[in-house]
Amino acid sequence: MIFLDFFISGISLGSIYAIIALGYTMVYGIAKMLNFAHGDVIMIGAYVCFYAVSRYKLDPFIGVALAILVSTLLGIIVERLAYKPLRQAPSLAVLITAIGVSYFLQNTALLLWSSNPKFFPSIIGRGTFEFFGGKLSVSHVTILTIGTCLLIMFILSLFINKTRLGKAMRACSEDKGAAQLMGINVNATISLTFAIGSGLAAIAGALLCSAYQTLMPTTGSLPGIKAFTAAVFGGIGSIPGAFLGGLLLGVIEIFAKAYISSQLSDAVVFAVLIIVLLVKPAGLLGKHTQEKV
Amino acid sequence: MPFTKSNTKLIPLPSKGMVPDRDIERSPVLECINLGITLGGIKAVEDFNLTIGRTEIAGLIGPNGAGKTTVFNLLTKVYQPTTGTILLNGKDTHGMNTVQVNRAGIARTFQNIRLFKNLSVVDNVKVAMNNEMRYNMFSAILRLPNYRREEIAAHRRALKLLSIFDMQNIADVRAGSLPYGAQRRLEIVRALATNPSLLLLDEPAAGMNPSETAELMDSIRKVHEMFQIAIILIEHDMNLVMNICEGICVLNFGHIIAKGTPDDIQSNPAVIEAYLGRRK
Amino acid sequence: MTMRRLINLKRVEARRIFLTYSIVIISFLICYVMSEVKILSSSMRGMLVPICAYMVMAVSLNLVVGISGELSLGHAGFMSIGAFSGVAVALIMQNINKFYPGTPEFLQNIFLNAPFRLALSMIAGACFAGLAGFLIGIPVLRLNGDYLAIVTLAFGEIIKSILNNFYFGVDKNGLHMSMITDTTNLLKGGRLIIRGPMGINGIMKISTFTAGFILVMISLIVVFNLVNSRSGRAFMAIRDDRIAAESIGLDITKYKMMAFVTSAALAGAAGTLFAMNYSTIAANKFDFNTSILILVFVVLGGQGNFLGSIIAAAALTILPEKLREFSDYRMLLYAVILIVTMLCTNNDNIKNFMQKLNPFKSKEEAE
Repeated sequence: MIFLDFFISGISLGSIYAIIALGYTMVYGIAKMLNFAHGDVIMIGAYVCFYAVSRYKLDPFIGVALAILVSTLLGIIVERLAYKPLRQAPSLAVLITAIGVSYFLQNTALLLWSSNPKFFPSIIGRGTFEFFGGKLSVSHVTILTIGTCLLIMFILSLFINKTRLGKAMRACSEDKGAAQLMGINVNATISLTFAIGSGLAAIAGALLCSAYQTLMPTTGSLPGIKAFTAAVFGGIGSIPGAFLGGLLLGVIEIFAKAYISSQLSDAVVFAVLIIVLLVKPAGLLGKHTQEKV
Repeated sequence: MPFTKSNTKLIPLPSKGMVPDRDIERSPVLECINLGITLGGIKAVEDFNLTIGRTEIAGLIGPNGAGKTTVFNLLTKVYQPTTGTILLNGKDTHGMNTVQVNRAGIARTFQNIRLFKNLSVVDNVKVAMNNEMRYNMFSAILRLPNYRREEIAAHRRALKLLSIFDMQNIADVRAGSLPYGAQRRLEIVRALATNPSLLLLDEPAAGMNPSETAELMDSIRKVHEMFQIAIILIEHDMNLVMNICEGICVLNFGHIIAKGTPDDIQSNPAVIEAYLGRRK
Repeated sequence: MTMRRLINLKRVEARRIFLTYSIVIISFLICYVMSEVKILSSSMRGMLVPICAYMVMAVSLNLVVGISGELSLGHAGFMSIGAFSGVAVALIMQNINKFYPGTPEFLQNIFLNAPFRLALSMIAGACFAGLAGFLIGIPVLRLNGDYLAIVTLAFGEIIKSILNNFYFGVDKNGLHMSMITDTTNLLKGGRLIIRGPMGINGIMKISTFTAGFILVMISLIVVFNLVNSRSGRAFMAIRDDRIAAESIGLDITKYKMMAFVTSAALAGAAGTLFAMNYSTIAANKFDFNTSILILVFVVLGGQGNFLGSIIAAAALTILPEKLREFSDYRMLLYAVILIVTMLCTNNDNIKNFMQKLNPFKSKEEAE
């Protein structure tokens, strides 16, 4: 039973990673950039949600909706101001800019909201479900997290595969020049991708803080890096890959904490990543492309 | 001439997939036996049999998509062949990679020029001499005498090689900023710097105007004369191919459809149908 | 002069190298005098050694990122290996007669002499970091591009995690180590050197500005001489076109490894220098943010431009200090400066304008 307990918390943590990783992977797929500021969008989203709910006493779901709105706008603005001018620049320049944006967001949060950790009340209370006569208890937050992740994955797959905009996104990630010639508005499509990714980050932020209950300006960094790892793990650029990578990473992390050592759990997670990449150099579901000679 | 490997230049005779008469005393430099590869479920090259004499210039022609560059990629082990054998200087190259094949004596140029763009012209040539330079990283860091000696020797040799194509005066220019034709020539010099016994030229005249092509033709002849090596070239410029090659091999849909001298090829009905016929 | 030209030192390149050495030497002399006559504020004096360490870090990372063309996001990991191993070796040498009473007199004298001890421990730090670079390089260098970047990041985090849970001590019976919990059970008189998350404390601060300067010079000599040799040409050839490099017989793995290990070893020496400037050191000091900080030096200074790395390392270490008067806003300002610099340096109009001012442009390219 304790195994199942760990497994469920692993899936729950993994769901959060998966939601964040989806944002990373979509942006990577279309803009070919590692958006290091993604983790900080999570944090901003969580703060918005926190203030809406605990300061202004709004309904938690309105709070989350507000967080999504703010994060989405933030994602679009950051893309327009910082990344769009660098579309033709070397990827390292874009990477450094993303790091700059990350510092910027973190320090803005530090100025606005101070470095003191905030107690983040769960958006749906602290209740639990009991199974097997109380032997297994699963909190509402856990169920909500897993459910949200599945729902997002479902809607996103439909969106990418069935809608015109989704098709435009896939076209842009294959070949931006050709997509432009086919009449697709590439800039708008990239903005849309950033918007979706950032919106997802806000949801992840609210869920993450509901599970861990503390909120600081640096809250987003480590989950950001781990979700990025998850995206690479599953094959960066692949949406099912991000989902799978996120879930696996969460489960591995919780099991490593439980059965190996809580201090070394991060090391175990990263070691697994390295082993996977050595066996499958493009990640679990990534496409391996060979350069044409 | 310091580069010359042998002074005997025999009368050139065309190859029909056999060793030309002037090379008959020596084993062929390259033998391909039933070479084939399947790429993505398609047989890109199949039953490819070819023998190249030690000092032969051979042409590999065929319509676009016939598999010519794939043959080069097989010979240089960019792709591992799925069937068949490649004998280089009588030695099976099975299991070798690109690096080992180069050390065994095959050097090539690329269809879409692949120079080291940020290195100078002379450095592009010197880097190809890397394997013959005899000093290690500690001599380099400590600037020991053997570093100086080897660097000076390599530099001299690089300039000499560049002078074949009259490029010694632009030795310090960044390779990426050269005009197109010069980049193609530099690629040939770079390949020669690895001391090959077989040189593969992938569309050396592509994008050149007629006068540049004529110059290139002279240069290829000069290289052939000086180094006494075998050369296979892929080319769409029929004038160049017919003038320079002793033997020609025509490829279509991954199969050899004809082999022979330029005259044979020009009058071969299968070739005219598959290739030349369509052009006229 | 003809000799010079023959050995590949193009005049432009030779001038750049000469300028780099002169700038470093002159700045050292100026700073040295200023700190001796106490013109330099004490906070600036305290930064001299870390600046040198960061310069070496930036130069060594530039060898991998700029010359070899691989994005490494875990360079701080090598710095921390160098810091921990170097300091551990220094502490053992410092207490040599306690732990190894039989050591010959002259060795003891060498070990107890601070500059010698610093040099030896930097060498030890470089060796350990170089070894780690080699071991990590075996898997890492098989990957490409962003995958390589994420794996170096992963190794950086693994190194941090392991050092955070590593216990290492010395007593009369020799060396003892353990993981996660302290099970070294040292005898009386022994000393627990690395204390897990507490790191190392009680370090004798023997790093000096002069030592830092010497290390900067050594790393510059190593990278410049390496880059202008057959190995350096191979690094750059592989960076520019991997397939072409294979076609001329360059052993890709060997050269990538050479650059990676050299870079790791220099980072290790820098780590030792850095650590010996403080009385305590912990693994958390060398995290992902430190790796990124060094990468920022490299990118702002220009990939493959070692003088740029050195200037960027110095400027960006001093800048946050100088921004102190903006107190809370200083890191925000730093972020803005970073973003604006990246936007400006990649703007075509500004780039063209800067090119006109560049004194090191070769004539051919100007035409």
